Amino acid sequence: MSRSRADEEEYWHSSKCRAFTFDDEDDELCQLKESKRAVNSLRDIVDDDEDELEKVSWSGEPVGSISWSIKETASSSTSSLEGRDSSLQKGSSSNAALPKQVSSYSLSSLFKGRNKLPSLQSLSDALSDTGVKNYAPELRRPKAEYKDYSSDWSPKDTVRRMQRGKVCSLERFRSLQDKLVLLDEAVAGHDGNVITAVLIFLKRTLRREILFRELEERQVALCHLIHFLKETGEQKMLLDLLRFLDRTEEVALSQYREHLNIQDVEKRREFLKGCIGLPFSPEDISHIQDHYTLLERQIIIEANDRHLETAGQSEIFRKYPRKASILNMPLVTTLFYSCFYHYTEAEGTFSSPTNLKKTFKIPDKQYVLTALAARAKLRAWEDVDALFTTKNWLGYTKKKAPIGFHRVVEILQRNNAPVQVLQEYVRLVEDVETRLNLATKYKCHDVVIDTYRDLKDRIQLMAYKCKVERGSAEEEKINSILNNTVRNTCFLL
Amino acid sequence: MASTARRDVPEPPDFGILKRLARDQLIYLLEQLPGRKDLFIEADLMSPLDRIANVSILKQHEVDKLYKVESRPALSTSDQLCFLVRPRVKTMKYIADIVNADKMSGRSRKYKIIFSPQKFYACEMVLEEEGVFGDVTCDEWSFYLLPLDEDIISMELPEFFRDYFLEGDHRWINSVARALQLLNSLYGPFSRAYGIGRCAKMCYELWRELEEESEGDSQGRKPEIGNIFLMDRDTDYVTALCSQMVYEGLVDDTFRIKCGSVDFGPEVTSSDKSIKVLLNAQDKVFSQIRNEHFSSVFGFLSQKSRNLQAQYDRRRGMDIKQMKNFVSQELKGLKQEHRLLSLHIGACESIMKKKTKQDFQEMIKAEHSLLEGFDIRESTSFIEEHIDRQVSPIESLRLMCLLSITENGLNPKDYRSLKTQYLQSYGPEHLLTFHNLKRIGLLTEQAAGETLTAVESRVSKLVTDRAAGKITDAFNSLARKSNFRAISKKLGLIPRLDGEYDLKMPRDMAYVFSGAYTPLSCKIIEQVLERRGWQGLEEVLRLLNGTEFSEAGAAEASPGRDSQRTVLAVFLGGCTCSEMAALRFLGRERGCRFIFLTTAVTSSGRLMEAMAETRA
Repeated sequence: MSRSRADEEEYWHSSKCRAFTFDDEDDELCQLKESKRAVNSLRDIVDDDEDELEKVSWSGEPVGSISWSIKETASSSTSSLEGRDSSLQKGSSSNAALPKQVSSYSLSSLFKGRNKLPSLQSLSDALSDTGVKNYAPELRRPKAEYKDYSSDWSPKDTVRRMQRGKVCSLERFRSLQDKLVLLDEAVAGHDGNVITAVLIFLKRTLRREILFRELEERQVALCHLIHFLKETGEQKMLLDLLRFLDRTEEVALSQYREHLNIQDVEKRREFLKGCIGLPFSPEDISHIQDHYTLLERQIIIEANDRHLETAGQSEIFRKYPRKASILNMPLVTTLFYSCFYHYTEAEGTFSSPTNLKKTFKIPDKQYVLTALAARAKLRAWEDVDALFTTKNWLGYTKKKAPIGFHRVVEILQRNNAPVQVLQEYVRLVEDVETRLNLATKYKCHDVVIDTYRDLKDRIQLMAYKCKVERGSAEEEKINSILNNTVRNTCFLL
Repeated sequence: MASTARRDVPEPPDFGILKRLARDQLIYLLEQLPGRKDLFIEADLMSPLDRIANVSILKQHEVDKLYKVESRPALSTSDQLCFLVRPRVKTMKYIADIVNADKMSGRSRKYKIIFSPQKFYACEMVLEEEGVFGDVTCDEWSFYLLPLDEDIISMELPEFFRDYFLEGDHRWINSVARALQLLNSLYGPFSRAYGIGRCAKMCYELWRELEEESEGDSQGRKPEIGNIFLMDRDTDYVTALCSQMVYEGLVDDTFRIKCGSVDFGPEVTSSDKSIKVLLNAQDKVFSQIRNEHFSSVFGFLSQKSRNLQAQYDRRRGMDIKQMKNFVSQELKGLKQEHRLLSLHIGACESIMKKKTKQDFQEMIKAEHSLLEGFDIRESTSFIEEHIDRQVSPIESLRLMCLLSITENGLNPKDYRSLKTQYLQSYGPEHLLTFHNLKRIGLLTEQAAGETLTAVESRVSKLVTDRAAGKITDAFNSLARKSNFRAISKKLGLIPRLDGEYDLKMPRDMAYVFSGAYTPLSCKIIEQVLERRGWQGLEEVLRLLNGTEFSEAGAAEASPGRDSQRTVLAVFLGGCTCSEMAALRFLGRERGCRFIFLTTAVTSSGRLMEAMAETRA
């Protein structure tokens, strides 16, 4: 350590990293290397006004700052070493020579800067081969190093120190130029924690517009500031920033986001009303409008129904008490609810399904699926029937669905529809294979039999005979078909 | 894949050291606050903590009561409070509230915050702003690495994904670099490093810097891990979005494996209570089925049951002495095996039940069509119906993302209609989710006339200088095109098939997705390791839009050594069970060992959930 001064001079004369042979603190060695690299690479970071930059932040400084820091830490490490627990001396055999440094690897991060010893025993156990030697030097790292003695760290060194978790005062970076160099160094150092720390400092010491202007060209740093503002909940500044950047859609979304934090429904409704005027994209505006209208509706429905329920006069509410409030539910859930409790209401009421369908332009498909699920749950099979029945101009009825009938069957089945109801829809499944599968699965014998008959599949039909009950109507049907077909085929031949 | 050249797979290094290091440091930190104290633990640190320590260890170091850090105020009466937390602004406010409340009521206590894995300046700023800086002492518990299994090390940082890929925040890069430094010091030196992705590159650079700084003499140390491969999650979203088909993946998708263990509920245990099961190589049943395609698991389990029965049956006809031996030596093992078997059979049943309810078959068919690029219309209407029926919000989102990535974005009409229906089915506030998905590039809308991909690719070929690099930098957070179809063709990700793919005797990594698709992430790793670099993959790289690197480290590579056949696969942003299964398969084929280092074990569900906005 006492050699430091000489070595220092040697270094600065030769200007080769190689020549630098301090053997006490690893930190300084790398800082040197880094500073050099920093100088060389600075061109890459700020390529426009490099001349000026180098003048401002580098003229004469590196020499002073580094040598100073070496002296400082060197002396402080001696002093703190004296007051150290004696067990350390036992632990690190090469103590006197202050080991040629040496990796702090893993453990550098583990015991950084604590001045008490951990349980040495277990640790050396753990590290059988790397052992004490490797982390012992780390343990002697003086606490003093944590304090920022110098106000002269170069931007690069400052960033480097901060990356290692050391406290560094940033107050000396007062000119805008210095601040920006510091920020660029932080970004180049890849450590988001440090980037944010520098941004906190810049935010405190620069007028917003200036900070925003500079960040516009520094996308990585900008992301960090935005994320930081989101996390700390500095909504106002966030919005100012987004506005400055002309990211109007994000302004709108980020304001809209606040509704999530409003518990009171009335307040939430009011808030959403205010959101309608925000600069969303054209398609999103309609979504926001719908969100507002939906909540408005839900508030009305909720008030009515709560009243109905407590009055106890409505049969449906008595039979099926509501499990939860409809407030803040999605539209489809609201539709389900209204199909469940308010199915027969005239279109004029807010709670009627048709009204919801119209107001929110719910596609047929979605409407039918939802209504079907709700009515099936109530086992209102006539309603289900009506949902799919259309009359043509001659007055004949026909079954039609905007969704596949296999889907209809699935929903009915899940609601334990009786076979009679089920088979009517299984019959309507277009794809023969699916139809057969469903019919067999749900024991819709009639459908199976008819399908095989239409397919003229004698063998399958005979096989199926074993699956129906003996002496049942189904068996009879199969028999009669089998006999008939025989006759028919004969006839045809 | 030449299975004739198969060599023995090297044994994984012993990662137990990592646990001991973490435990010892925690104990040391607890001792820094002598005397009895109450410990407040952040919810997401509890499971990791469980894996390395237990309550009695904490008690031994004078921890009195344990609390969970949550929104409710603390009721602790202790004079010393210790907080074991992730470095989050929200948590700092919680702690500051406690301290300030004490101050108001004139109560004086000691407070200590232990940050894991590291402290952030932003946290200190909050403490300062709240006026409690100085009232609390801060420490760091450098618990970067939790070995979950013999070949899985997790950083247990699920938020890495959102923080980096969505918010563009580099806060965890230093943590990854330190984790690499620790692994390199214990199991390295790594002689070769490969990587793809911006984040991979940054982590690598920062790690190298740390190494240079410490200049550890690694001379004479025998490395156990020779190669590392770093990969950004956004290199391959497709694989992470596919329905998992290997047993471990299905268990994760169905029950959520948390920190290497799973809670099997009553439907699995066929009793009225839940059982927490550790899933790892030590579980003799699980270790044999974890990597298997689900369809071959049943056969294995029933075979195993028969064997077990046979072993039990040997009791008959035993004399007293033999019986004594049997009871004292074998019975315990058999019972244990029996317990595990019945649990995994129960889990299989439960998975089957859930999957048949969700028309899994149809979904897999739709997924495979998307991967292959057939019947896109049909798959789109399947997704639509999925949304309309309010099946699962996460699954619907996953399918939409898969559609978007494989198709290079949805056409505007589909995008609008699916989005509208989604908002109607699952709630209007998902507008925010869609915005996030667009930003991260998982669910995008094709710009009008974006079919001119040929022209575009020619242009991007021309623009390869640094200026272009800067432009891409600037739009870092903007969605980029996935080019999945072209990449898939180039790398042959969809296996050509004649006849049935035998899932019981897999011939390539595609088995993890029923032989329909080879995971892109794993294919890249395979190709690069085979070529010992990126030569010949230029076209793929261009399509991937990736920042790749390949560097030889200082240490001499000595071929043939086990370390040279051990690869540390680092997944930044998460790795799925399917990917691990695929690489384990590759390892067995090539005689090499993969060790997985991931920021967290992930799944499509977790990725999708990370995109939602929640209350502050």
